[in-house]
Amino acid sequence: MLKIRNLEAGYDKLKVLKGISLHVKSGEIVTIIGANGAGKTTLLNTITSIVKTTGGEIKLKDVDVTSASPDRIVKSACALVPEGRQLYPTMTVKENLILGAYTLFRRRDKKAAAEHLENMYTLFPVLKERRSQLAGTLSGGEQQMVAIGRALMSGPELLLMDEPSMGLAPLIVKDIFNIIQELRDKGKTILIVEQNARAVLEIADRGYVMETGSLILEGSAEDLLDNNDVKRAYLGRDYKDFTD
Amino acid sequence: MIYSSEYETMLRADLEQLQVERLQVTLNRVYRNVLFYKNLYDEKQIEILNIKSLKDLSSLPFTTKKDLRESYPYEAFAVPLRDIVRIHSTSGTTGTPIVVGYTKNDLKIWSTLVARVLSAAGITGTDLVQIAFNYSQSTGGLGFHYGAEQIGASVIPASGEEVLKQIKIMKDYRSSAIVSTPGYALHIVSILEDQGMDPQELNLSTGIFGSEPWSEKLRTEIETRLKIQAFDNYGLSEIIGPGVAFECDKHKGLHVNEDHFIVEVIDPETLEVLPEGSEGELVFTTITKEGFPLIRYRTGDISSIITGLCGCGRTTRRISRVSGRTDDMIIVDGNNLFPAQIEALLFEIEGVEPHFQIILNREEGLDVIELKVEVSSSVFAFDEIRKVQSFQEKIHQQLITSLGLHAKITLIEPKSLGRTRGEKIKRVMDLRTL
Repeated sequence: MLKIRNLEAGYDKLKVLKGISLHVKSGEIVTIIGANGAGKTTLLNTITSIVKTTGGEIKLKDVDVTSASPDRIVKSACALVPEGRQLYPTMTVKENLILGAYTLFRRRDKKAAAEHLENMYTLFPVLKERRSQLAGTLSGGEQQMVAIGRALMSGPELLLMDEPSMGLAPLIVKDIFNIIQELRDKGKTILIVEQNARAVLEIADRGYVMETGSLILEGSAEDLLDNNDVKRAYLGRDYKDFTD
Repeated sequence: MIYSSEYETMLRADLEQLQVERLQVTLNRVYRNVLFYKNLYDEKQIEILNIKSLKDLSSLPFTTKKDLRESYPYEAFAVPLRDIVRIHSTSGTTGTPIVVGYTKNDLKIWSTLVARVLSAAGITGTDLVQIAFNYSQSTGGLGFHYGAEQIGASVIPASGEEVLKQIKIMKDYRSSAIVSTPGYALHIVSILEDQGMDPQELNLSTGIFGSEPWSEKLRTEIETRLKIQAFDNYGLSEIIGPGVAFECDKHKGLHVNEDHFIVEVIDPETLEVLPEGSEGELVFTTITKEGFPLIRYRTGDISSIITGLCGCGRTTRRISRVSGRTDDMIIVDGNNLFPAQIEALLFEIEGVEPHFQIILNREEGLDVIELKVEVSSSVFAFDEIRKVQSFQEKIHQQLITSLGLHAKITLIEPKSLGRTRGEKIKRVMDLRTL
């Protein structure tokens, strides 16, 4: 589904991604874990062309989309759930969701958009109840659902998610991650960037560990949970247990 | 059966992507965690970020046995010692062994790789696998043990039991597979024949042989005399142990577990990478090991990469049967030995000239070593034969204590060993037919 080779990107003279190679197979949940500032968000923003690529190659379904415009990426069946949700707080839930289908409206495919909206209401019944409510008045978990729903409105095969657990209570995180698993079971492919390593590794198939713009570990989610470097750095185990 | 079909039958393009990803991750880790590699790359001004494809690998320097010996015991580990759950080591060639550490994940991966070896030989959960490798510091015994357990076979850790006991176990426990050196299998069959036993009385159907060079001729001999199907496999402790490459039932070369190891063949003189089909030295890079990753490790083993795909369905590349060594290392009953070790030992013994010759023979499948040693005339001046014998015994004991080597010692007069024109004695006479 997604193949990235030697990706480089940054902001002005600051090189953030230093040659990232990774892949996501169809139907997989793959995660990239790493500390703040490792370059995880930059990676997602580079895949979606919000940040310009300075080197390397991105292939979506075997098509080179390196430096393609963001709307072309969306049309290639890839959508982003951004960090911090980025909803329009003064617009209703329904309006926020419909915004996610702008590529369909441009194609004048109102029927597909309406269908997708119904699907979102089935997937998130609570959003149907609150469809006329302003997005800014929802709880954090509900807002995250709107953000996911909005990304799904364009009918993507690959969903990129940036810190879906951010700012949510542990129980709500569990709900959101259950939804992510459900989406995978329905055939979506998912790449999640997360700081909450333990929660995301529980649902992921594979993962990569990012440190200062480079990937330093790769493996099955199970192996990463067993890796002592991961435990030390990201799973919050007692540091003394692992150091000499 | 193909044990990990997702990986063993991967499209080449996907496999290449995986190899590049894993290589880059490994390079990032060794540069951060292993002082040897950090110093090496800094010194040679190598920027690991420039390794963007498998082709770029050839711009990296090699890792040699010498480098690893200098890292004795733990310097080349990429994780803190407390993350290591198993330690193996090589037999200690010039006195310093190479110590190899495994993390929990390394052991898990290793078991899977050996499970692939066994599955390719048709071993399943219903087999009784008798492992006749010594369960010691070397990787053969425990490596196969964990792999066989992983596929659910019943494992019989017969280890270093003497041959009659092995045969009794084989017969009474109805072992269906044997894992050993090919020489040992031949030894078993000759003892069976001596005892007037018919191999048909056994339940044995498969043999998985490795850790010493052998030939097609020997395969045919083992197969016909022991009435089994024999499979070759390749591995070395530095890389992981058994599980590096293995034969499928096509018997047309050994499939490399390429999702975990990148294989190259180089010219041992010019160090250039050779194209597929050319014979040269095998070089491996580990791309998933946590505890002891190695970049471009020179194995000293001579082989070649076989062109084309195998008919078995696996897409992994194959190497040909290892045909020899680039150095003077000899393998005796599955153990590595360098003539230099013997030389160093003889130097310590008074009355011995540093001239010797190792003569290797194979009797009933077992390697027999004779060591001819030139001694100063004064030794022969001993008028009592007993004294000469005790001198012989002294050398014999030294070999056992230091190298664990049983050899027949023959004392000879100075200058009696045949020298070639360059006044050099041929150190090793290998009369074994492989």
